[in-house]
Amino acid sequence: MLEPCQLNRLALFLPIILFLVLSVILLLGLDKDPTDLPSALVGKSFPAFNLPSLDSENGFLDQQDIVGEAALVNVWATWCYACRIEHGMLNELATSGVKIIGLNYKDNQKDAKRWLELRGDPYAFSVFDAQGSLGIDLGVYGAPETFLVDANGVIRFRRVGVIDERVWASEFKPLYDQLKATSE
Amino acid sequence: MKYFATLMLFLWLTVAVANTADLVKFSDPAYHERYQLLITELRCPKCQNQNLADSNAPISLDLRAQIQQLLEKGLSNHEIEEYLTQRYSEFILYRPEVNQKTYLLWLSPLLFLGVGFVTVLRLSRRSTEISSPDVSGTPDQQQVADLLDDGGQ
Repeated sequence: MLEPCQLNRLALFLPIILFLVLSVILLLGLDKDPTDLPSALVGKSFPAFNLPSLDSENGFLDQQDIVGEAALVNVWATWCYACRIEHGMLNELATSGVKIIGLNYKDNQKDAKRWLELRGDPYAFSVFDAQGSLGIDLGVYGAPETFLVDANGVIRFRRVGVIDERVWASEFKPLYDQLKATSE
Repeated sequence: MKYFATLMLFLWLTVAVANTADLVKFSDPAYHERYQLLITELRCPKCQNQNLADSNAPISLDLRAQIQQLLEKGLSNHEIEEYLTQRYSEFILYRPEVNQKTYLLWLSPLLFLGVGFVTVLRLSRRSTEISSPDVSGTPDQQQVADLLDDGGQ
């Protein structure tokens, strides 16, 4: 049992202990990216949709066109500056055999087609979402965004922002390889 | 007079243009009230410290239009909030639901009030102890009394 005076001494240190605890909590918070929202869709099936393809040769596309093998679904637009930065990396990934499906988000069809002619087309096909309706169903709030979808059409991972070498290697590749291995 | 008329026309036009920006039409006026409530209590996912009503980000325009459609479809406020949380996560709610993850957040005001109340109570008790200490019968008091008695003799 503590003596009253020992208790008093503990009480004396209480403010500084509280201060230190609070400091540590706030310090940890500094590392967090406030624009990184918790994703509501990871673990859920890719939402149903029925939208034209960008090149309009494939007619209408729906969620059945997404399933079959693990793939990336990349939300892009010609008005999106960061998509320009990302495009080279997507081309590289496509060459190395990763299936990438484009979701052309709230864009001008003519501009979007020209963009792919100019910069190369890494997409197996692009869904043309002029109104952004599939965008809302996916919880998209800015391009670029990329979803990793497994062979059953379940969203396994989501990234808001540019994919570069580092992001691919650390966030996508391990999971993608695993999904590839289990589906084969 | 002619100039005045032109000026008035010009002013009227600017007002007309300014008004159309915020014109949302509903089949039932009751929807409008609920719409206003929803867009002030929902958060823009892009410009994070604004609600949907204040934000002019394209995504806010889209979400406002979506909410308008959902209201017309007859969804309740709660269903609309659920619709949006399913897509944009709980982040979009300025007033998060009370659940296992948020009960601490909701109860913390009460908790702090309790801590404050206890602290104030203890401090005030201690100060009354200090201000009127009971000294009768202590050895010091006895000594003082003895000295006073000696002086008197």
